[in-house]
Amino acid sequence: MSSIAQKRGFGATLWEYLTTIDHKKIAILYLLSGGLFFVVGGIEAMLIRIQLAQPDNDFVSAGLFNQIITMHGTTMIFLAAMPLLFGFMNAVVPLQIGARDVAFPFLNSLGFWLFFFGGVFLNLSWFLGGAPDAGWTSYASLSIYSPGHGIDFYALGLQISGAGTLIAGINFLVTIINMRAPGMTYMRMPLFTWTTFVASALILFAFPPLTIGLFLMIFDRMFGANFFDHTMGGNTIIWEHLFWIFGHPEVYILVLPAFGIFSEIFPIFSRKRLFGYSSMVFATVLIGFLGFMVWAHHMFTTGLGATANAIFAVATMAIAVPTGVKIFNWLLTMWGGNIRFATPMIYAVAFIPTFVAGGVTGVMQAAAPLDYQLHDSYFIVAHFHYVIVGGVVLALLAGLHLYWPIMTNKLLSETMGKWTFWLFFIGFHLTFFIQHFLGLLGMPRRVFTYGADQGWDTFNLISSSGAVLMAAGVIILLVNIVMSLMSKDYVGRDPWGDGRTLEWAIPQPVPFYNFEKTPLVRGLDTFWIEKQEGNEEGMVYAEPLGDIHMPNNSIIPLIMAFGLFVAAFGAMYHQDEGKGWTLIFLIIGLLITLGSMAVRSLKDDLGYHVHKEDLPSYKGGNE
Amino acid sequence: MMKGLKKWRLFSILAALTVFLSACGKEQLSTLTPAGEVGKEQLDLMILSTGIMVLVIVVVIAIYAIAIVKFRRSKVGENHMPKQVEGSHTLEIIWTIIPIILLLILAVPTVVSTYNLADVKGMTAKDQEGNAKNLTVNVTAKLYWWEFEYPDLGVVTSQELVVPTGEKVYFNIKASDVKHSFWVPAIGGKLDANTDNLNTFYLTFDEKSEGLEDGVFYGKCAELCGPSHALMDFKVKSMDRDSFNTWVDSMKATGEETASAEGATASQGQELFEASCMSCHAVSGAGSGGGIAPNLTTFGDRNRVAGFLPHDEENIKAWINDPQYFKPGNKMPQPETINNGKKFTDEELSALAEYLLGLSVEK
Repeated sequence: MSSIAQKRGFGATLWEYLTTIDHKKIAILYLLSGGLFFVVGGIEAMLIRIQLAQPDNDFVSAGLFNQIITMHGTTMIFLAAMPLLFGFMNAVVPLQIGARDVAFPFLNSLGFWLFFFGGVFLNLSWFLGGAPDAGWTSYASLSIYSPGHGIDFYALGLQISGAGTLIAGINFLVTIINMRAPGMTYMRMPLFTWTTFVASALILFAFPPLTIGLFLMIFDRMFGANFFDHTMGGNTIIWEHLFWIFGHPEVYILVLPAFGIFSEIFPIFSRKRLFGYSSMVFATVLIGFLGFMVWAHHMFTTGLGATANAIFAVATMAIAVPTGVKIFNWLLTMWGGNIRFATPMIYAVAFIPTFVAGGVTGVMQAAAPLDYQLHDSYFIVAHFHYVIVGGVVLALLAGLHLYWPIMTNKLLSETMGKWTFWLFFIGFHLTFFIQHFLGLLGMPRRVFTYGADQGWDTFNLISSSGAVLMAAGVIILLVNIVMSLMSKDYVGRDPWGDGRTLEWAIPQPVPFYNFEKTPLVRGLDTFWIEKQEGNEEGMVYAEPLGDIHMPNNSIIPLIMAFGLFVAAFGAMYHQDEGKGWTLIFLIIGLLITLGSMAVRSLKDDLGYHVHKEDLPSYKGGNE
Repeated sequence: MMKGLKKWRLFSILAALTVFLSACGKEQLSTLTPAGEVGKEQLDLMILSTGIMVLVIVVVIAIYAIAIVKFRRSKVGENHMPKQVEGSHTLEIIWTIIPIILLLILAVPTVVSTYNLADVKGMTAKDQEGNAKNLTVNVTAKLYWWEFEYPDLGVVTSQELVVPTGEKVYFNIKASDVKHSFWVPAIGGKLDANTDNLNTFYLTFDEKSEGLEDGVFYGKCAELCGPSHALMDFKVKSMDRDSFNTWVDSMKATGEETASAEGATASQGQELFEASCMSCHAVSGAGSGGGIAPNLTTFGDRNRVAGFLPHDEENIKAWINDPQYFKPGNKMPQPETINNGKKFTDEELSALAEYLLGLSVEK
């Protein structure tokens, strides 16, 4: 085994990626497929804005519109934002904590393939009789009532995908708890690792309610169970609770890693350590905790009663405090620093006012009586896009530019990066700021059309034109990515010059075993400390050079996930009359999965060793 | 450049707010021009919260603008090495305490108002003769229309809610098929129509709807309920108590006499209606709710056809001729299924339209 990159044919590269269990390659798989779904979700968004650009438009039909909004929301949350974040977590977290890989590399790969096949299954609904159409929240009365297989695609696809997410979350928890390099105490962990840790804990507790909810829905639709049918003793509000007990923490699952990325960017590009590190950590944990206490603020108008509404209103407002602490800490990180406006930093700087605007409208909605007016109106649409695009998507774009060199040993073009930023940023505010007012003027959300006599025409047109700018920004980004991949300008280690944490200390291209010797961590911002003390190598080590144990690649995770994909088709069509083959599909699919699990269990796979003689820094045997 | 941008943005936010709050928006639809106590209370809360939040934004933007202007690399020099400050307990405590205070200022009125708006004790209040003191309306949301039943008055209507001004009107809200949400933006916040249970709240209508552009307030369905969710509108007529009592009396009177059409065409329409439509649509406003199709007693007084089309003969004919085209997924049968397998001829449609337009209690 050699760490030196070799030229390979396309087939070999493809096989490598299908079987890889290396966190860096899995990161690329997450980014590729997440990026693909992001583009799909973006196209859906454009269709929505075209339809709403003018009143009484008939660009798409009413039923199709509902499918588009449902798939836009579902795709963006489950298949774009979350996997893209997983991409960065995979690419960065093991490097940041000085680990050779995640704790369970095989499961890491399984998590990815489950997400991927779940996402493919969900999107195949477009070609197989219609996509889900009950909104991304899929409220039970409507989703039970919905004809066709759309909702089945939703329930089964998300179930498979969600299993992958849960696996990935558990994996990161174990990795961060167990695999930190010597000296990296919890209070020396970089913020991105901290937020990944808290987000993973949220996944661990938030995804099971979703899993249960989806199972109840699958049972209702497949086997005629009546969990949500009120005429048979079921209750639709149970779905709302289950969904939001998952759904509210989900927002933090997305936004906390985004905060983590920004918490890395501000110190690097201000050349200054993060202000109030310990309060940042505390705020992160507190936000994660409170995230579970406030789900019913999505249900103020459901009719839970004044006491429930009052309690959840106050609890929701409380979240503003730790979030505010974070905002001020970021501001003070810049204060007194030496700010360089590279592309990642521009996104970070733009994030602050945008996210503050999204945050304060969140507090407004927390005031329950006011929410009676705002709920399910365009004000809400504006709010959550300010939070999710202004927080998460800006972080994803920033993180892409920031970590691109760690993943590819190249930089993205700064010029094109700035074009992308300005188009996207201006387009974003144009699209969504005005929607606050549409909501206040009485426009409900999820409407496929609106009458010309209601005073919403101009605002909707402005909103749609902003969406065009956002799309243009994304197109430039794609060009930027392709051009960077084709270029041969390698940048080497620490390309931003002011890297502070361990991932910037690693030689480029990152060897597949990450660290020859496990580093020793001597404080927060490890790499920075070493640089300040004049350590050229950027690391001190905790152990002598030795053989490195690595796991073998495996195709089994892909096959395991594929089995569930096949079984899901069987399960879905089984409810139709006269389709005997469905049962066979279901059984074969499950056999594929169970069989590959058996193979994995029975066959010893002990991995292999990279001998120290083969490592680049081995000089004659004596350390 | 950044500084100029931020200033520009702040200025435009304020300017936009002023313009929108004062001028834009339809009086019959906007939450910013409330015509009822509930809506006013909610607007007050909105102004309070917006005020606090704008204050927060101003502070953040100020620190932010100074930071990014003062400490940019071009100002402080390429090689400047900032002091590696760890943090400041004093500052961190300040920006924990101040938000808590700001939130308390908002939380107290929020909680008070939450309980106020949920107070429906008046619903069951009776006067000395045992009659209900206050008006209660049972709202039933259906695919894609609204039924309004006045249980204490023995009157039922649909698509147009008629209410007296200046008093609390209590609502029992439920859905008969899938979830909907009952919302009259200009009057006050919404409440979901669940399939499982009854939701109750009250609204007050302080202004008469007569002077408005359309003579009605607009009501909306706010919860996604299927393809025609966007078209599930209703209208609200508010009038003084005397006119309301008159309206109730004339509604009750429709129970005693069968609505007799005036003129030959209308009579033909009535015959057609009785043969084809009567099994679903009632034309008497006296009675109770639970109809499978909108009650058409007040059809001639309405402001819209099917909740959203302009109220004229053309649209009535077009609607009857192909209801699925206008509101996909609604429960009204296509004309073939109720007219012996044939579409209505143009003449028949005109007759129906004329008959329907004659159904009125207000003229």
